[in-house]
Amino acid sequence: MLRQLWYRIIAPIDPPLMALAGALIGIALLVLGSASPDRLPAQLVNVAAALVVMRMVAQFPPQRLMHIALPLYLFGVLLLVAVALFGDVSKGARRWLNLGVMRVQPSELMKIAMPLMLAWYFQKREPLIRMRDYGIAALLLLVPVALIAKQPDLGTAILVLAAGFYVIFFAGLPWKVMIGLAFLAAAAAPLAWSKMHDYQRARILTLFDPESDPLGKGFHIIQSTIAIGSGGVFGKGWGQGTQAQLEFIPERHTDFIFAVMSEEFGLLGNMVLVVIYAMLIARGLMIAGNAPTLFTRLLAGSITLIFFTYAFVNMGMVSGILPVVGVPLPFISYGGTALVTLFFGIGILMSVHKNRMLVQK
Amino acid sequence: MEFSNPQEGLEKFRSRLGVAAGFVLFCFFLLFARFIWLQIFQYNYYKTRAEENRISLVPIVPNRGLIVDRNGVVMARNYSAYTLEITPSKAGDLEATIDELAKIVDIQPKDRKRFKRLLEESKNFESLPIRNRLSDTEVARFIAHRYRFPGVDIKARLFRQYPFGDMASHLLGYIGRIDAKDVDKISDEDAEDNYRGTEHFGKRGIEQHYEFQLHGTTGFEQMEVDSGGRAVRTLARTAPVAGNNLTLTVDAKLQEVVEKAFGDRRGALVAIEPSTGGILALVSMPNFDPNLFVDGIDSQSWQELNDSPDKPMINRAVYGTYPPGSTFKPYMALAALEAGKRRPEQTIFDPGFFNFGGHQFRDDKKGGHGTVNMYASIVQSCDTYYYMLANDLGIDGISGFMGKFGFGQRTGVDIPGEAEGVLPSQEWKKRRFKRPEQQKWYAGETISIGIGQGYNAYTPIQLAQAMATLANNGVMFRPHLVKYITDTKTGKQTQVEPEPVKTIPLKPENIETIKNAMIGVNKEGTGARAFAGAEYVSAGKTGTAQVFSLKGSNYKEGGTKKELRDHALFIAFAPADKPTIALAVLVENGGFGAAAAAPIARQVFDYYLLGKLPKGPAGETEAGDGD
Repeated sequence: MLRQLWYRIIAPIDPPLMALAGALIGIALLVLGSASPDRLPAQLVNVAAALVVMRMVAQFPPQRLMHIALPLYLFGVLLLVAVALFGDVSKGARRWLNLGVMRVQPSELMKIAMPLMLAWYFQKREPLIRMRDYGIAALLLLVPVALIAKQPDLGTAILVLAAGFYVIFFAGLPWKVMIGLAFLAAAAAPLAWSKMHDYQRARILTLFDPESDPLGKGFHIIQSTIAIGSGGVFGKGWGQGTQAQLEFIPERHTDFIFAVMSEEFGLLGNMVLVVIYAMLIARGLMIAGNAPTLFTRLLAGSITLIFFTYAFVNMGMVSGILPVVGVPLPFISYGGTALVTLFFGIGILMSVHKNRMLVQK
Repeated sequence: MEFSNPQEGLEKFRSRLGVAAGFVLFCFFLLFARFIWLQIFQYNYYKTRAEENRISLVPIVPNRGLIVDRNGVVMARNYSAYTLEITPSKAGDLEATIDELAKIVDIQPKDRKRFKRLLEESKNFESLPIRNRLSDTEVARFIAHRYRFPGVDIKARLFRQYPFGDMASHLLGYIGRIDAKDVDKISDEDAEDNYRGTEHFGKRGIEQHYEFQLHGTTGFEQMEVDSGGRAVRTLARTAPVAGNNLTLTVDAKLQEVVEKAFGDRRGALVAIEPSTGGILALVSMPNFDPNLFVDGIDSQSWQELNDSPDKPMINRAVYGTYPPGSTFKPYMALAALEAGKRRPEQTIFDPGFFNFGGHQFRDDKKGGHGTVNMYASIVQSCDTYYYMLANDLGIDGISGFMGKFGFGQRTGVDIPGEAEGVLPSQEWKKRRFKRPEQQKWYAGETISIGIGQGYNAYTPIQLAQAMATLANNGVMFRPHLVKYITDTKTGKQTQVEPEPVKTIPLKPENIETIKNAMIGVNKEGTGARAFAGAEYVSAGKTGTAQVFSLKGSNYKEGGTKKELRDHALFIAFAPADKPTIALAVLVENGGFGAAAAAPIARQVFDYYLLGKLPKGPAGETEAGDGD
């Protein structure tokens, strides 16, 4: 009886994906146990909630996801507009919408709604995708991204932009357009620079010369770089990282948790983590390659690359090769919202994989 | 691009997946390259940076060495007390903080003034005392309110204390907060590391001269600190080594006797043990309380000390220069004997003056001393005898001989700020003056040199050293205050000055003649009144140094303004046959040496030789014949 129930529960779950995500969660709890043991119970609750979400989404057939794509997107854009008009200001940024009972961050929703929406759009235009469809898709993408960037929340804007772009890319955006866009972006960089907030500019400047302001804006990067470098090949051992334990690493349980891990487990620890990410991404791309419809392919491909984007941007920022933007280390950083979003994505991948044979166009 | 059929679309899609996979791999390799760079190639650099982050070396200041007198009486020691300190960089509004603190602990305007002065002299991140020596109640009260005062804390500190107060202040000196000059000295000694955490430095006296002996070796505590600079735990500790203890040649009790003997008179006394050069007492009056300087002196007290016309901050014993007056005569006589210019029994006739080059040099005694031999010239202090003798010896004969006794040269005593004085000679005059007509030595100038006037100017310690050397039959020691230095760790004692500097070649019979005459001074001459009834045989010579030349008119002691009165001098040693103490006394504007200075010497000898304590300040005896 119980066994049957168990089988029913695990039925939609993809074992390789689950194993990889599980390994990441294991690492997450291990590192959090060193960086901020007080937060372990809360993170366990977050993990449980995220797993429940994953399991529910995994059972959700892709066709039904298609149905919610447009409403979800419109709802998200509406919320973003509402934030821009009535949002609460916290730490100089207008990101939260106070609904009376709870405060929500609509930009987080866009991370899922955006790939859903664009994948849905291209599915609708199949089999004949024209140039102007890419244009419309770009418009659908840039409006919410602009709203998020305006909050300002550069990290989320980049992630949403990336998520949307991946869909357009997988939908077959011609190379010459992409190259043209790249040139355009390079030309527009000075303009973007002039439109940036001072703190955003400072972060980029800090990247190039963190020592110019060692106690101010450069402090985070210097200290996290010291943490990584001093970890060496084998690391200082769990709970032994002086940079972490003596609070030299800022935000050490959230955005900079990678520095803690890197200090305590060294290069070997980093390799294990990156290899797990690579395998997770490989599995995701494999699922995308076997997906039955354009919608599921685009969705799975985009979500997989989002995992990559999270991981690369975060590790690049903490190790000092990318500017500091608020992007957590996927599956590892403390925090419920990001974890739920990520497992939502895992759930979608599982659902796509589960239904690879069932829906044939 | 348009997908015409699903199969073609799938292939295109898969090729894009391949591109994506390639991109992912490229990015991950980029990360790996970065990790390898940081964690392998730059490992040592970042490891060091992490250690520097983590470990803070907290210096532990050693206990300063003690200063004890020759009998082990403590003259400078340390005691521990609580201070209330503010780190200005962390405290925010200083005025408001101090106002609030004043509600909890007693803060006087004096404390505020001192804090302000310290603030101007120090760096912002240094912890500066606002109140010293808190009572236990005040400590408890502050601790209860500590949370309200960021950047304010209670610290246990060692304080220097001079238990005798102003006694011996000129020889001990004091310690004060390190200033720019001290920093230079520390860096000259390459001792910066050892002075991390040290806040005080010896100023003046023994405290300054022996600073690097007294300081000790700073210990260190390796503390692990967090990013806020708070100490987390101690990793290692190197204990400090206390500074070396100094045992002085000084006899504190004798020093006290001398200072009391001076009363409120200005002057100096240096008493030396002739057989070692060890200084038994070194007095400069008035003195000051060195304890005032330890916490940082408040500006009002400082002003008072500096502006006082009595100049209490000047160490007259080593820095003041005075003409020796008649105390020069025994050396003049000895010079004559050594040079063969006089025989002891040879007499001159003193009509009360000596004419030279159209100028009349007058004797102190109206009508003169009559027929005078060498003994009488010293006992009665006959000027005419020495006018003549000076002329016979010539200036270079005088300066050549006097130089051997150390006149006009720094003695090398172990306290700073010694003056050189002036031993006049042709050579000296050439160096001293610029214009050729000034540079020339006139024979007439030699005459007054013979009675210790003119350009002659010596420090009391030079006079004492010469006296000790004569008493010791020409064997000369460098006068010194510290007998030995005790290493607090090993207990090893290092003698400061065990060997004589030199032996002046003098004929024993000549020394005998001079000593005999000096015994006569105290028995039947100018010092007789002061030494009446002494239970020992002493030798001495009185002297009076002109501050102001009264040309043509008679000098009347009582009738002259005090600061224009002559300086009284006395040199002496005792017991005459086997001297254990030799001294030079100077009483500024004291008048006749016989009256003002000799009684002080009497009290010193009475105490040192017999253990007799005087009843009060040395009184002035009636002036005898001449000075």
